[in-house]
Amino acid sequence: MTVNDTKTPGTDPAPRGQGQSTTRLGDRVFSNLSKGSGIALLVIMAAIAVFLAIRAVVAIRANEGNFLTTFAWDANGDPPHFGIAVLLFGTVVSSVIAMVIAVPVAVGIALFLSHYAPRRLATPIGYLVDLLAAVPSIIYGLWGALYLVPRLTGTYDWLDDVLGWTGVFAYDGSPARSLMTVGILLAVMILPIITSVTREVFQQTPKAHQEAALALGATRWEVIRVTVLPFGRSGVISASMLGLGRALGETMAVATVLSPSFLINASVLESGGGTFAQNIASQFKEAGSMGRDALIASGLVLFLLTLLVNGAARLIIARRKEYSGANA
Amino acid sequence: MAKRIDVSGLTAYYGAHKAIEDITMHVEPGAVTAFIGPSGCGKSTFLRTLNRMHEVTPGGRVEGRVLLDNEDLYGPGVDPVSVRRTIGMVFQRPNPFPTMSIYDNVAAGIRLNGGARRKSEMDELVERNLRGANLWNEVKDRLARPGSGLSGGQQQRLCIARATAVAPDVLLMDEPCSALDPVSTLAIEDLIDKLKSEYTIVIVTHNMQQAARVSDRTAFFNLAAIGQPGKLIEIDDTQQIFSNPSVQATEDYISGRFG
Repeated sequence: MTVNDTKTPGTDPAPRGQGQSTTRLGDRVFSNLSKGSGIALLVIMAAIAVFLAIRAVVAIRANEGNFLTTFAWDANGDPPHFGIAVLLFGTVVSSVIAMVIAVPVAVGIALFLSHYAPRRLATPIGYLVDLLAAVPSIIYGLWGALYLVPRLTGTYDWLDDVLGWTGVFAYDGSPARSLMTVGILLAVMILPIITSVTREVFQQTPKAHQEAALALGATRWEVIRVTVLPFGRSGVISASMLGLGRALGETMAVATVLSPSFLINASVLESGGGTFAQNIASQFKEAGSMGRDALIASGLVLFLLTLLVNGAARLIIARRKEYSGANA
Repeated sequence: MAKRIDVSGLTAYYGAHKAIEDITMHVEPGAVTAFIGPSGCGKSTFLRTLNRMHEVTPGGRVEGRVLLDNEDLYGPGVDPVSVRRTIGMVFQRPNPFPTMSIYDNVAAGIRLNGGARRKSEMDELVERNLRGANLWNEVKDRLARPGSGLSGGQQQRLCIARATAVAPDVLLMDEPCSALDPVSTLAIEDLIDKLKSEYTIVIVTHNMQQAARVSDRTAFFNLAAIGQPGKLIEIDDTQQIFSNPSVQATEDYISGRFG
């Protein structure tokens, strides 16, 4: 037994003040365990950040080009000459496309599973959605490159006819190994995680609130609009951020589909561009010591980008906290 | 406007389980009718069949007729949504919409039913219904605050304001005070007394004193045994039920010999 320096409960008639409350062994063990886990998380995060930062500084110091604006990646050259402009653009654009497609579809599927589908249909479809998440990303990459790419050219031609004048949807008929294709593929990949988290949240909408809406004469859609969607709002945002995190960092699928180049093409339909993760995967093997540090520098930017996105999401959720329904 | 309800041969099921059987009764307009009876006797289930909320429960099914001023609520082509717009409901636990302000909670039903109105008109409706629910003076300075920040009794009165805002003919109350303290309960009972001039009110209660205090007529429900369907034993003027009921089981229940 451990020595207990506080008084045994029961023998002390005086009310216990601060600083001398009795703690039991189990409480202490658990408290230290959870404290330790929390600290470990911080240490790991810090270790990653420090590692990335130290290596990145080496590369950025030696860089001849401008790290933020140069459209080239010649990190093994002497002197090294590289910049992340194209990667930042490609990563953000492909992820935004993925989000624009995936979030509404995921919310729709989640609502269908939680509020429309009969239970014997909802359960198997739910499993199917989860199964989508279990497919390895290289499989998605192969499917994207071999199935999706040749089949999208027709759609892109049509988009070019209708919206080509904007420049963003101009299309020259080249193989569709473009940011748009990557975005569509990423949308499929992040769909399951967004769907299943969103569905969980929607299912937790208190029955009392849904019945309140029904009793006011709300139709099923109105019940969803008045109770389910507001209740699930922060959950949808969190789920989307999880999906966005995956889209930002997705490597193999993007590397397999995209035909990379260090140019920013105004059209998202035409091939070219690159993403942070894809660029690291494609270049890492042939990279020398300086090349690796340069890739790590780009990794640091991706890391910061993800932090930024998550922070923004937290802000959105916190802003309407007292209306969240968590206190009801 | 208060309307009369005529129920005949009403039986309700949860899946294969028969919850209430063959209930026939009238609910007088502009009066308070209380449903009393032991737990599981189906009084809440019966209440929920009156605005077609029972069928929302998975497996919920109803047979029989419910006439609201001679219109069959279960007739072919009757939309349950429009039934619920004429027959409002207040639940056991106060359930204001947590994502809405006090103002929006009262306005919610109006917005669902009517769509856009002028701001001044809506302000007036919200105020009138909050006054009607004896809540206006307590919340008029914080209409934009979330409804979930109110006390339990205030939340329940907010729910009553929300229900009356859509101008229903009937107000169903499913044990509206069982989650409240005595002071809040008294406030709700006063409110019920005030509301009965405008609405037909049906209240389910576990509290027999409450039934005696607030209702004009009382219906006693009972079940033969656990798992058996609940039945209406008798319905009569409240005074009669509590002083000289015609069925022995009612007297046993009221005098506390069981239940």
